[in-house]
Amino acid sequence: MLHALILGIVIASALLGVTSYYIWFERKFAGRMQSRVGPEHVGWKGLLQPIADAFKLLIKEDITPRTADRVLFNLAPLLAVFVALLTLAVLPLASGLVIADLDVGVLFVLAAGAMTVVPTWMAGWGSNNKYALLGGMRAIAQSVAYGVPLVLAALEGIAIAFFALRPGSFPYQLQDHVFILLTAGVVVMALVPVILSGSMNLSKIVAAQAGGHWFAFWPPGPGLAGGLIFVLATLAEGNRIPFDIPEAESELVSGISTEYTGMKFGMFYLGEYVHSLIGSALFVTLFLGGYDGPGPNVMALQLCWFLLKTALVSVVLLWARWTYVRVRSDQLMTLCWKYLLPSGLAVVVVSALWAWWREGGLS
Amino acid sequence: MSALVQTPVIGVRADPYLDIETYEGQGDVMVLNMGPQHPSTHGVLRLKLWLDGEVVVKAVPYLGYLHRGVEKLLEKLTYVQSTPIVDKNDYVSSMTNELALVMAFEKLEGCEIPRRARYIRTICAEMQRVASHLLWLGTFSLDMGGALGGGTTAFMYCLRERELILDLFEELSGARFHYHMMQVGGVRHDLPQGWDARLKSVAAAIGARIPEYESMLSENPIFRARTRGVGRIDALLAQELGISGPNLRACGVDFDLRKAQPYAAYDEIEVRTALAYEGDVYARYQVRLAEMRESLRIATALIDGVPAGPIMGRKPIETVNAVKPPAGEAYVAIDSPRGELGGWVVSDGSTKPYRCKLRPPSYHALSALPYLLPGTTIPDVVVILGSLDPIMGEADR
Repeated sequence: MLHALILGIVIASALLGVTSYYIWFERKFAGRMQSRVGPEHVGWKGLLQPIADAFKLLIKEDITPRTADRVLFNLAPLLAVFVALLTLAVLPLASGLVIADLDVGVLFVLAAGAMTVVPTWMAGWGSNNKYALLGGMRAIAQSVAYGVPLVLAALEGIAIAFFALRPGSFPYQLQDHVFILLTAGVVVMALVPVILSGSMNLSKIVAAQAGGHWFAFWPPGPGLAGGLIFVLATLAEGNRIPFDIPEAESELVSGISTEYTGMKFGMFYLGEYVHSLIGSALFVTLFLGGYDGPGPNVMALQLCWFLLKTALVSVVLLWARWTYVRVRSDQLMTLCWKYLLPSGLAVVVVSALWAWWREGGLS
Repeated sequence: MSALVQTPVIGVRADPYLDIETYEGQGDVMVLNMGPQHPSTHGVLRLKLWLDGEVVVKAVPYLGYLHRGVEKLLEKLTYVQSTPIVDKNDYVSSMTNELALVMAFEKLEGCEIPRRARYIRTICAEMQRVASHLLWLGTFSLDMGGALGGGTTAFMYCLRERELILDLFEELSGARFHYHMMQVGGVRHDLPQGWDARLKSVAAAIGARIPEYESMLSENPIFRARTRGVGRIDALLAQELGISGPNLRACGVDFDLRKAQPYAAYDEIEVRTALAYEGDVYARYQVRLAEMRESLRIATALIDGVPAGPIMGRKPIETVNAVKPPAGEAYVAIDSPRGELGGWVVSDGSTKPYRCKLRPPSYHALSALPYLLPGTTIPDVVVILGSLDPIMGEADR
């Protein structure tokens, strides 16, 4: 217990530090893409820029609008960071290096992901601002679009059918499925590794990919398709371009964070970046073998592999962000309902069949 | 002036005078004042939107937040002093602003413009069109992609190329933005040594980068999904509202003042008008991109043939009271990057105009908003507004 607490504090603080330099890196990266240089003046190559930015946010006046719902308004930014950090608890950074080795790890991750809509809506409603309200409204519509149908259709149907074929292979009770209603749209895609590995424990999912059998490439097909859909859903969940619809500063001024100033705004900002970093880490864990890589199974080396892969995935996300323009909210709905949902279901069926065939099929 | 109307598509038009009391929506109607402080209203336009959920039921644009009384100001200043004032009207296309007003003054005075000055004017106007369209493309993708995302990348690329043109103009006139280049009887500055070679290299550089914008925007499925079929203006509505320029040509109406009433040196060069027929946002984007290519072609074609000779067709202007046209009135319209830009001037025989009226194309483009916006959502509002390329300094004057 104490061990997990200390580990949690260490990892969370390290992540916040990494996040601020992730922001620095993004600014440099975006600068390169746009034939600029990015931050250059604060410290060597602008390396002290994140610190200066955080300090600037801290000394800004903290305004709560008179008409705002004070409790919701002030709670939302805290919750935004908290919820973004939740997922960290179950991510195995190296063999044995995990804060809480939950058997329902994937479920926990999805529930935490679905929670992101709560602070967003709190901010949208609590600000008492029309733009914030529209932003919050969009966030809810968005999370429903890639949330509930996937859960209902996928877990109730496919999972039951599949588990009936493999009794005892699943370490959780089907009666728990009500809890699943809380989970977000990455569910179906996260289900692919679950089916392939036969476990919801993230450590076991990583262990099942050991020796280069990463689910993104093996079995060829469903894993990769699932991975791509998972990335799309992660972008949508983290409110990143091309899906940063609740913020949409060219349309809704600043969306949910319109009324926020100083560090409260900074919290939303931080939450967004933490979310996209953890999203990349989760993708690495579920589809790219986690800490698996060539070399001896030493914790330090495993950690390096994990961080390297996460960095690569997050650079790809940045690349997409600084290349694409934003989709419209109804186009995101169309994408989720009409394309991601059916193709997600198809991918799940294919991987279930593959797992069933590997288990011996009809014989 | 043969306006050739191709396929006048008349769908069900939105009612801009909808009585909101009679509207029965799914829920309460929310009134949203978009602007004048809003990142995407291109300055200080205020759009009053009645929203049902996120769908616009009715839209009313309110203008005048940038009204500076330019027309009144022009009555108080002499003819010579007026060009720097109109520079600030359409602040991304100063050359054409000056040109329209100065040409009206010249028509009043009846002076002959030397051929060299007409060539320089045409080259400046065409490069200005490229610069203006580049800025439009940048801000338009910014409207679509946001300040932290792909939109900014396209914006930066466009501004990088626009910078080359600003450098050229700086070399020519000494100013980067408000050039004060045109004057009654000709142009103020002659072409510097080696300017023609630099213009050609800039035109080649920009021409080579236009495919880059296309690969980033029109080859991007998200961009196409955001623009195709959105904000469709039918040709008849566009003509009823007096919309002109690329917005009109995107509806399939082949109307270009450079061809219809050739001015400056346009009678000596063929202008190939870019046309599109859909009338939607994507068509306006295509027309502007094609116009950039065409303008670069015209400018590079003209620079080789700039004739020798004087750049002023009258005695040099040395005092503010130098221009004194006879009593009368004159109207001249030119094809600015935004459309038909007209200058109407009434003279009482003194050194100051009795009355000046400018006909800004942006004003007429904005009048389409109440027809275009109902039925769309807020993201489309921003995109449609951006696609019309309004400059509020010009619309409000």
